[in-house]
Amino acid sequence: MTHLQELENQSVYILREAYKHFDHLAMLWSMGKDSTVLLWLTRKAFFGHVPFPLIHIDTSYKIPAMIEYRDRLVREWRLNLVIGQNKEALAAGMNHTRGRGVCCTALKTDGLKNLLAEKGYTGVILGIRADEESTRAKERYFSPRDKNNEWDFRDQPPELWDQFKTTFPPGTHIRIHPLLDWTEVNVWEYIKLEHIPFMDLYLDRGDGTRFRSLGCAPCTFPIQSSARSVDDIIVELRQTTVAERSGRAQDEGRGMELLRKDGYM
Amino acid sequence: MLTTLTKPRESLTIVIVGHVDHGKSTLLGRLYADTKSLPDGKLEKVQAICQQQGKEFEYSFLFDAFLEEQEQGVTIDTARTFFTWDARQYIIIDAPGHREFLKNMISGAARAEAALLVIDALEGVKEQSKKHGYLLSLLGVKQVAVIVNKMDLVGYRQDVFAGIEKEYREFLSRLKVEPERVVPVSARHGDNIASRSARTAWYEGPTVLETLGLFKKETAPTEQPLRFPVQDVYKFDARRIIAGRITAGRLKVGDRLVFSPSNKTANVRTVEAFNLEKPLTEAQAGESVGITLDEQIFVERGEIASSQDTIPLVSTAFRANVFWLGRRPLEQGRKYQLRLATREVACEVAAFHRIMDAVDLDQRQGGTVVHRNNVAELTIRAKAPLAFDPSGAFEATGRFVIVDEYDIAGGGIITELVHDEQEFLRDEARRRDFAWAKGEVGTEERAQQYGHRAAMVLFTGPAHTGKAFLARKLEALLVAEGRHAYLLDADNLRVGLDADLEEKDVAGVAEMIRRYGEVVRVLIDTGLIVVSTTNAFGAAHTQAAQAIMTLVHPAPVVAVHMAKSDDEPPPNTDLAFAGPKDFDAAARQVMDELKRRGVLAHSIGEKPKYQYSI
Repeated sequence: MTHLQELENQSVYILREAYKHFDHLAMLWSMGKDSTVLLWLTRKAFFGHVPFPLIHIDTSYKIPAMIEYRDRLVREWRLNLVIGQNKEALAAGMNHTRGRGVCCTALKTDGLKNLLAEKGYTGVILGIRADEESTRAKERYFSPRDKNNEWDFRDQPPELWDQFKTTFPPGTHIRIHPLLDWTEVNVWEYIKLEHIPFMDLYLDRGDGTRFRSLGCAPCTFPIQSSARSVDDIIVELRQTTVAERSGRAQDEGRGMELLRKDGYM
Repeated sequence: MLTTLTKPRESLTIVIVGHVDHGKSTLLGRLYADTKSLPDGKLEKVQAICQQQGKEFEYSFLFDAFLEEQEQGVTIDTARTFFTWDARQYIIIDAPGHREFLKNMISGAARAEAALLVIDALEGVKEQSKKHGYLLSLLGVKQVAVIVNKMDLVGYRQDVFAGIEKEYREFLSRLKVEPERVVPVSARHGDNIASRSARTAWYEGPTVLETLGLFKKETAPTEQPLRFPVQDVYKFDARRIIAGRITAGRLKVGDRLVFSPSNKTANVRTVEAFNLEKPLTEAQAGESVGITLDEQIFVERGEIASSQDTIPLVSTAFRANVFWLGRRPLEQGRKYQLRLATREVACEVAAFHRIMDAVDLDQRQGGTVVHRNNVAELTIRAKAPLAFDPSGAFEATGRFVIVDEYDIAGGGIITELVHDEQEFLRDEARRRDFAWAKGEVGTEERAQQYGHRAAMVLFTGPAHTGKAFLARKLEALLVAEGRHAYLLDADNLRVGLDADLEEKDVAGVAEMIRRYGEVVRVLIDTGLIVVSTTNAFGAAHTQAAQAIMTLVHPAPVVAVHMAKSDDEPPPNTDLAFAGPKDFDAAARQVMDELKRRGVLAHSIGEKPKYQYSI
């Protein structure tokens, strides 16, 4: 069995555990490479079906091409898409110039919180990976969030032998992370292997730059790259010593620790 | 970093364990720094934070991500980190060494294929060095290398190293663990991490980096007999797919499968997949698969499929080595949830054989309480029979976790089956089910025609509580609704079927119960709802109820207990009535339970809604 097959089998097992144990289950889909791979794995796990809704937390600052790609896959794969948006904060003019942490918290964390409360989801599947960033390296596959959506990283439940935390007190919910053991290269290798459609924002379209990680337009910056195909990306990533999220402004300083403690993805 | 240009041939998961402050995180940080595996700017970023906070840079800060971890200089939770070396990708899990965080260490170690166990050369073998060593053996981590760190603090002396090596090898040998290597290092100064150090000229073995390369990749046990725990049954489209991950062996189209503990059998019709050009015909250990069967049998999550000649063990009890992590201690009399592969069933501790202090492995006899972070040898009794294996033979189906309230609070490995009183009848039922000749009309067709599944409603309890009266009412109510129900009074078998048996004889009564159970089994195969009481068996009514359930298993049995007072009902009771006055209401409650269990469709003419029989 290849490493990619090992990863796929483990992720499929986790997705099926999530589906079995959570009546109110949903998956976050940002249209980025990771959550699209996750969506593909879901179709694998359930033999072509996606038996729960997908959530897109729309900050309104996403790159327009992402929304086009989203709507195309929703049609082609017959997905049940739920869009969450913190309309109040947007109406009050929230944007990144008010501080990145403030903006991420309002439009993403709170946007998600509000939607979870409104829909009553108790299980939320996310495509985060341990190698992205150091607080995510400490996550569990099934990670509880308390009544305030907060992550108590000081006291995480034990998780062993593919037995996960699937019971939880009322009012709390569980975040499920099937891609935790995947690396950035693994994600691209899998996209190549399975011919998964992805956005060309990840490729150099002639100006010598590409996006390595996608977020909101004002806070995501392209990297210098001449990668014009998935193969080029894989070769580039095997050589690089630059962190994946170097183009993501929210990671500066202790940004992610504080954001994630409060319920950020 | 030329080595990373080619695709790694495999991936290996390693855990770093050992006593607190013995330098696990420093070792990890150093390994990354010296192999140039850190992303650009990471070292500088952490150094800048240290400078800002006015403290000395430590390699351990590279992975102790949380502010609290850095402030206290202690790892709280495991971090998964990745690096590639010599065409192999490593996922390295840095586990905390503080006893407070043992549950985190276990979470990290349980998924590792090999371990580096770090011991401080100055402090020597400490409490957690031993406990972690013991837990690695319980968790099934077989490849262990010992890293003797901080050799700089003992002047790189060979005799100090040799003393620790001897002491710890002796300890490990008692656990039947043989360390692959024992390596002297100084993580802080980089001795013997990525390159050989001149300061330990007396040492001829591998560096830490070379030691990683010597660990072998663990492969899924494809050559063992088949074990396929059912994870779920899907009916998204025309296919009824049985999904799960094969934990041992292999299966292919046409194979005859036996599902334990229900003893249902069927052949594999297809191996299902998504996005494959040509259909699969086989699958093997490690794969998350879906199969369809040639017969519409009712199997559910928790059962284990195997081939007929190598079925797993089935019992309600087994003996096990258990480690406890719960906030509340593991105690006698308390109910827990047992999870073994995909099976979940209520359980309790039937016997405490010995409770051990994992540090000295000395035995403390007696107690009936296992405190947090202790280890014990126990007999565990489950509420219903389950399929399992001894952990020495099958890893994945030989281990389990115990859930207390909302959290996994312990884990264990099964050492042996404990015989229970139902074993004889269970074996009989299995032989009978395997040999059962079926007609053309299947269970499913009968259920669709009748508007209900076959089942048994069994009234239990002492004499003069109205069992027979309620049973008659229920039969009448069911038939009036158009259901196919039949009241089977055991007394009716006495003069005919049981004419050769002596009622005053214990063996005679046991045989009456057995014959009665077999008659019910036949009636259930006809699609009936059999209503009955244990009245005819007098004082042996509790024994009778258990035996009947074993013989009609896996057909649903709704056990209704009737007593004069609110006494504790026997195990496996579904409904309990204490001296009911309104028998009509009681009968309706039983009907509701039958609906809840999916035996009755909600109204006549409606198709029954249970997904498992479709």
